[in-house]
Amino acid sequence: MVRLSFRNISKSYSRGRKALNRVSFSYDGNGIVALIGRNGAGKTTLIRILATELAPDSGTAELDGLELIKHPEAVRGLMSIVPQEARVVQWLTPMQSITTYLMYHGVTYGEAKKGAERAMKEVGITEYKDMLSRKLSGGTKRKVFVAMVLASGSRLIFLDEPTTGLDPLSREELWNVLVRLKKDHLIFLTTHYLEEAERLADRICLMENGKLLASGTMDSLRRKIRYQHSIRLPAGSTLPKGTKGRIVHGADGSTQILTSEKDALSISKTLVRRGTRFFSNPVSLEDIFYSIVKKPIGEDEGGDEDEW
Amino acid sequence: MSGKSRYSQVLASVLVNAVYAMKNYPVMFINSMLTPLSVLFVITFVSRGALIGVGIEGALIYSMVWSGLSLQGDLSHLKNDFKFQDLVVTSPTTSTTYMAGMGISEIVFALPLLALLIVLAAIYLHPTALQALAITAVMAIVFLFSIALGFFMSTLTSDVMQSWNYTSILSVLLSTIPPVYYPITYIPQQFQFLAYVSPTTYAAEIVQSATGFLSISNLNLVIDWAVIIILATVFIVLAKKKSRWREP
Ligand SMILES: Nc1ncnc2c1ncn2[C@@H]1O[C@H](COP(=O)(O)OP(=O)(O)OP(=O)(O)O)[C@@H](O)[C@H]1O
Ligand SMILES: [Mg+2]
Repeated sequence: MVRLSFRNISKSYSRGRKALNRVSFSYDGNGIVALIGRNGAGKTTLIRILATELAPDSGTAELDGLELIKHPEAVRGLMSIVPQEARVVQWLTPMQSITTYLMYHGVTYGEAKKGAERAMKEVGITEYKDMLSRKLSGGTKRKVFVAMVLASGSRLIFLDEPTTGLDPLSREELWNVLVRLKKDHLIFLTTHYLEEAERLADRICLMENGKLLASGTMDSLRRKIRYQHSIRLPAGSTLPKGTKGRIVHGADGSTQILTSEKDALSISKTLVRRGTRFFSNPVSLEDIFYSIVKKPIGEDEGGDEDEW
Repeated sequence: MSGKSRYSQVLASVLVNAVYAMKNYPVMFINSMLTPLSVLFVITFVSRGALIGVGIEGALIYSMVWSGLSLQGDLSHLKNDFKFQDLVVTSPTTSTTYMAGMGISEIVFALPLLALLIVLAAIYLHPTALQALAITAVMAIVFLFSIALGFFMSTLTSDVMQSWNYTSILSVLLSTIPPVYYPITYIPQQFQFLAYVSPTTYAAEIVQSATGFLSISNLNLVIDWAVIIILATVFIVLAKKKSRWREP
């Protein structure tokens, strides 16, 4: 079980705009916390501060009761990070990359080799273990990093955009590894794939402009916005009269109605009666993201401006 | 951190930056020999062999400077192109242990060159044990100085272009211009003071006077030793305290 909490973390790189503005959050237990938010929102900055790579201007953070901003040495070794722009060193094989990584964590050469073997098996890259990294595919390279942090035995793992650039199958494979890992680790990951956050995360943090705008489980995030339900009509369908909610026109001609649970039920009944095909779901993280961060393009009617 | 763990951490750097790198790029060996040797050749030919002794001593000193310059380049590459330093920062490895391991990895690279220079020195210099000791001590101090300087600068770089520029500037300032491969007396009197800007001038003076290529007063000799020891200490402290390990 991992306990991570931080309060009022602020950071500006140079005078002027704040990359992080008083961000606070806490999490107790194993699982996956996903950080989402658009480019420049501050996700990487936050992760780098928590991983002790970057000093904040102010704020406090604790990992298992250890203050990590004032005393970074105390927590190094309890955590591992895969930086957003990390690349496996070209002239190393996965075996060598992972072995030396473990040695930096203080493990002897012999033990490190055993640990590397185990982790590569777990992540499914054993067949590439002696291949030079520069010859590996992008997905395999990503998995080398996952194997590295996995082998380190760190309970707290930071993954900054681990699945960017992976094909759908490789992504799926990596997700499976992460789902297995989260049983006994706390994984902090950032992603631009909202579906990924929705599928994997036990807690989702939505950042914008250096602020943590909202955080919680999917259910609790849904409760924070005005419309919890989504009904999607294919192109060419007409809306039932008097539809209540927010109507969004898709680029493909389809129409999405964001509405409350109650209204969704009555709209569905009307549509069934008319024999119109439709899809009805609780709102997705994408819908929540748009409601909180920005209203989507092609919107007809909105709620109050200050309500998500 | 136990001694055993620290040993693993040092060994990790030697593996990454020397052993595994060399397996893949054997040409690196040639590169690490070329620069210090090329100046020795030029000096020897231009002086029609007269300066070969001083030239070998210069190459010995420069091989240690070169280790620091290579360290700067290698670590900048690892830091900026692979985010390798970020991985190490979050591990229990301290900046000093990382610097030590990487410093040793550069020595591994310098081994063939050193072996060659030692053979040349045995032939052309045949130093006494005491002279050999003086040369070795000076080399060790220059090594510590240049490794600390190289490490410190690498942590400040944010891209490899920057690091290349550092390397060329330092290389010229520390070895091509100052009287490392030739005695300071070859510089016109009124410009000699300029040579003392470079720490390697002091190192070369000690070595050259120990082997009879230069005669300087005992006071000067003491000053030379003091300067290189103080500079090495200052730069080690600087590297320990002021390197950009956790970014500000
Ligand atoms: N090293 C740096 N120096 C100066 N400004 C920086 C630096 N790193 C980030 N910033 C700025 O800080 C802000 C937050 O950047 P950060 O990288 O944390 O965003 P992010 O949410 O990770 O974005 P992305 O999704 O694009 O990775 C941005 O405005 C960015 O321009
Ligand atoms: Mg980022």
